[in-house]
Amino acid sequence: MNFLNSYIFYIGAFGLIFIGIYILLTRKNLIKMIIGLSIIDTGVNLLLICMGFLKKGTAPIFSRPGIKPENMVDPTPQALVLTAIVIGVAVLAMALSLAIRLYQHYGTLDMRKIKEQKW
Amino acid sequence: MRNLIGIVLILIVASGVFLCLDNIPFGASRENVGDFYNSSGVKQTGAVNMVTSVVLNYRGFDTLGEVTILFIASLGLGAVLSTVKTSSREETTPSSLILSTGCRFLFPFILLFGTYTFLHGHLTPGGGFQGGAIIASGFLLRYLGCPAKRTNPSLFVALESTGGLVFTLIGLLGLTLSGFFLFNFLPKGEANTLFSAGIIPVIYIAIGFKVGAELAGIIDGLIVKS
Repeated sequence: MNFLNSYIFYIGAFGLIFIGIYILLTRKNLIKMIIGLSIIDTGVNLLLICMGFLKKGTAPIFSRPGIKPENMVDPTPQALVLTAIVIGVAVLAMALSLAIRLYQHYGTLDMRKIKEQKW
Repeated sequence: MRNLIGIVLILIVASGVFLCLDNIPFGASRENVGDFYNSSGVKQTGAVNMVTSVVLNYRGFDTLGEVTILFIASLGLGAVLSTVKTSSREETTPSSLILSTGCRFLFPFILLFGTYTFLHGHLTPGGGFQGGAIIASGFLLRYLGCPAKRTNPSLFVALESTGGLVFTLIGLLGLTLSGFFLFNFLPKGEANTLFSAGIIPVIYIAIGFKVGAELAGIIDGLIVKS
């Protein structure tokens, strides 16, 4: 129980990352591979947020008096993830548009049937 | 067979990750740069929300780079989809009265909430990126609810370019006035009020318009062309 208590966030974040890598390694459909990439993205964001966490910490906002800066969580990873989420959406849309083009050119989304590449 | 190889590979990587993270306790206090931001951020930047002061003041140059990545991704999507012929599903059935009235009623309120989020980015949780995403979700509702109404995509392009231009111009203005790129040259004002923190709200308004227009343009490209 103590093990779970101290590592549960790492387990969650890396669980998502490994599920995404497993999807990328084993699926053949391009859309499912893009979904796997998106899951990896979520896992990495969760890991970054976990790195800045502080036990019994507060959000890094001085919204009311009496909040001490010593109790605040680290704002730097939150600032990184803030932009990374929006960039993740844009990159996902870019990947989907490439999938649309690929489907129009080859008529299939199965990566094994596309002759020009090997996997 | 392929599944088995995948599981074995992931187990190997996972054991390596476990050996690394075993020495890093979770949730412990770390003496790092975050403590410095928390203890002296309000005095130095004037913003109450420390995440905002890191995004736009301490690491403003990084944010300019990230906004550029966003711009390039949306540009690439437009370039990839520009040669796709528009599909012949033009004769879609018009949406019902309840649906079209509902999305016409909700659309201004979603825009208002997005604007509130990026205007108060230095005081409350939120900011330009989140507010822009909320505004884009309003456009997504309109594209799905009333497909007959299509906003002119050149408006999105114009708003996007203006937002990026304002961000860069404020940075260059700081360079000419004080010698540092993105220097906070406006007065910081009193903390916890709307007109405080110098250039941070101005840049966040520009980012809000830019991100909202970019994501709405992406939605427009994906829905119309496919």
